[in-house]
Amino acid sequence: MNFFLDNKDLEFTLRNLDLAEVTRMREKNYENAARFDTAPVDYEDAKDNFFRALKIVGEIAADRIAPRAREVDQNGAQFVDGKVIYDPLTVKNLDELSKAGIMGVMLGHEYGGLNFPASVYTMMTEIVSRADASLQNIFGLQDIAETINFFGNEEQKKQYLPGFASGEYDGAMDLTEPEYGSDLQSVRLRAYQDENGQWYLNGMKRFITNGCAKVHLVLARSEEGTTDGRGLSMFICEACPQLVVRRIEDKMGIHGVATCELQFNDVPAQLCGKRRMGLIRYVMSLMNGARVAISAQALGIAEAAYREARKYASEREQFKKSIDKFPAIFSMLSSMKVKLTAMRAMLYETTRVVDLRNAYTELVETGTPTAEERALQKYYTKLAAQMTPMCKALCTEGANSIAYDTIQIHGGTGYMRDFNAERYYRDARITNIYEGTTQLQVVAAIGGVMQRDADQRMAELFALELPAELAALRDKLKALHAKQLEAVKFVAEKRTADGSKDIAYHDLVARSLVEMETMILVGLLLLRDGAVCAERAPIAERFVLDAVSEFERRYMVVTSGDDVLIANHRDIIDY
Amino acid sequence: MSFNLLVFIKQVPDTQNISGDAMTPEGTVNRAALPAIFNPEDLNALEMALQLKDRYGVNVTVATMGMPAAAEVLRQALCRGADRALLVTDRALAGADTLATSYTLSCVAKMLGNIDLVLCGRQAIDGDTAQVGPQIAEKLNIPQICYVEEVISLEKGKITARRSIEGGYEILESPLPALLTVIDCNEPRPESVKLMMKFKRARSAGEIAMAYKNDPAAAESVKAELAAKGLLIEEFNAAAIGADPARIGFTGSPTKVKQVQSVVLTAGDAKEVSPTAEGIGDLMHELISDHTLG
Repeated sequence: MNFFLDNKDLEFTLRNLDLAEVTRMREKNYENAARFDTAPVDYEDAKDNFFRALKIVGEIAADRIAPRAREVDQNGAQFVDGKVIYDPLTVKNLDELSKAGIMGVMLGHEYGGLNFPASVYTMMTEIVSRADASLQNIFGLQDIAETINFFGNEEQKKQYLPGFASGEYDGAMDLTEPEYGSDLQSVRLRAYQDENGQWYLNGMKRFITNGCAKVHLVLARSEEGTTDGRGLSMFICEACPQLVVRRIEDKMGIHGVATCELQFNDVPAQLCGKRRMGLIRYVMSLMNGARVAISAQALGIAEAAYREARKYASEREQFKKSIDKFPAIFSMLSSMKVKLTAMRAMLYETTRVVDLRNAYTELVETGTPTAEERALQKYYTKLAAQMTPMCKALCTEGANSIAYDTIQIHGGTGYMRDFNAERYYRDARITNIYEGTTQLQVVAAIGGVMQRDADQRMAELFALELPAELAALRDKLKALHAKQLEAVKFVAEKRTADGSKDIAYHDLVARSLVEMETMILVGLLLLRDGAVCAERAPIAERFVLDAVSEFERRYMVVTSGDDVLIANHRDIIDY
Repeated sequence: MSFNLLVFIKQVPDTQNISGDAMTPEGTVNRAALPAIFNPEDLNALEMALQLKDRYGVNVTVATMGMPAAAEVLRQALCRGADRALLVTDRALAGADTLATSYTLSCVAKMLGNIDLVLCGRQAIDGDTAQVGPQIAEKLNIPQICYVEEVISLEKGKITARRSIEGGYEILESPLPALLTVIDCNEPRPESVKLMMKFKRARSAGEIAMAYKNDPAAAESVKAELAAKGLLIEEFNAAAIGADPARIGFTGSPTKVKQVQSVVLTAGDAKEVSPTAEGIGDLMHELISDHTLG
């Protein structure tokens, strides 16, 4: 078995994803090849590496990690005498991933990494997550090394990155506190310096994934007397006696990984990057990377769940035929598959943009960029900022819906612990909560929707040449796009009784607007793919046809101007 | 204390995944129709060696005798963590039975010299003889432990290993150098992505010559370039390993295949044998006369 080779859609995605530009930039016009024996000599060579690497990860995931997942889920991480103990199978999984040389996927060759783009790394996280979602929480913490790589100084990079690449170090990002989750700008954990300039950290963190890690990135208040995000800096510290794991959470899902409460008792730390930039720059970047990783985790769970549902429905017979022959069931399975394909199309379009943003940002910050390159950096930064939260909302809500339907298709059997369906459901449930709830993703994405930041990309996709039957579907999306512009204008212009901008209404309908935007973009991506491969056309068609009614419903709500709830919601809630 | 390990591996037709035209009408294996793979128990032997590398930091050399295409399994071994790869290829080696093969491989070990431990898979899935490993040990005049499932320790001049026996196991200690044959006792690791990115480029001299058939000068420069990067799979012919031409290949193989039969097993009628000396005697005669025994 191989979780890459058995996945037609994923293979199609990699084959058609154009990573030529980003790979050329990452490999310094392929000059790296002269310095590092693992560096590719051209794009074909790099692509060959991507395929081979995913084949290796696919084999490990299918043959080793997946068969262990149920036991890992049942045993979970334990907390014994103040120490976090991972299940021996989780330890084995991590050891095998380290031995396969994939703990520093995005890190540069100079640090012992593979220097792969985020897109390929994300495919690995999807594959690992399909095998064991909780393992992805540890494997996926490579974003921490990536953050040190982006913002740390040379000494910090040399100190930490080779250890991450070899698998010797694991990481945790310590952001959330008992009182502050979504509201990170209120973080209180205190950072202070002694007379020699040495930094120390003091305070509490909560819900920290893999909080028992060797290396921590910590968001802390370095500027005394401040209360907002601009008083926060980012620090690196290591596991030490002053950093105490107080307890681990007893969770609904992702049992394989420990979620820790941490107490910092004057933990020695290093400042990472510039003071006061902790939240507004570094953590936002870290979170955006993590949001992509969680989207992939959700997609991996959804893939596993869908396959389980499809298999069960083809084997389970009622009324003398397999249940997937009944419209009630095949319509569910089709809708799950369309959702899954839509999620993957959106995810890897997002990672492609993220890769380009990262490459151009590095060029702008360290090289001598042309005006055109500067403009591209701005463009991809804006596009990534809109697409990342849209992607996370789509993938994580979609995974929940698919896992829910998987249990439904299993009937009573799916409710039992003997089957994987209930594990997928429990594991999926966190994905639309952590790294920012869906509600927060809407807040992050709505600005781009109102400013029409994705219109240029959509125009490119509208302009693609399509066969006639797909062109007809594109016309439907064109009509939706025109209505979207109308809806955006309506909300932008809506005024309250006193004539000021109706911010409450904007917030009330933001989710609908973001979802409408997502439907158009994903529809265009699926049409693009349908044009490349005729076998995919029915999926594209189904998506667009279903999207029309889904869109229209939201459009009606948004443009109705129905703002009564803003005034009377308490009457409803408190009755 | 560093140890030098030598693992003998073989490229074999994948007889475990037989499909439609895998057998010729004559009942022999149609090698062209079967994918060539790393012999499974040789992968177990390599994994055992690599685990010893993880534990003790030993050096792992892999060697194979075969067609030029067998360089592929050497590449796979490098991608899994082997340090050095040797291909022994020569038309004169073709048609070797287990006697000639073990002689040839023993020449490789002698040529390398200074080997502390030789590891072989128990048997190859194409011939299933399980003779080559033990014969190599005899020719090198070193102790052998067969059917090994675990190396308990490797110390200066001494190895302790557990071998599988019918109904159980036994633990044996042997002086070094020694030879082990290894059974399906571990989960061979997949290739490492990082090593793959480097060693997918490794080539043998024969492969380079094939790729640059019309341009010998280019072949030489590619060879030099790969050698400088540690990516040249060392290649030897029979003379280079110091093999006696009379003892290799078809010439050195006393085994002659008389006939290949495709045997279809069918259930026959049960036969009662009376539990007397006479009854047993009749049975023995019958078995000898139809060549089941003797």
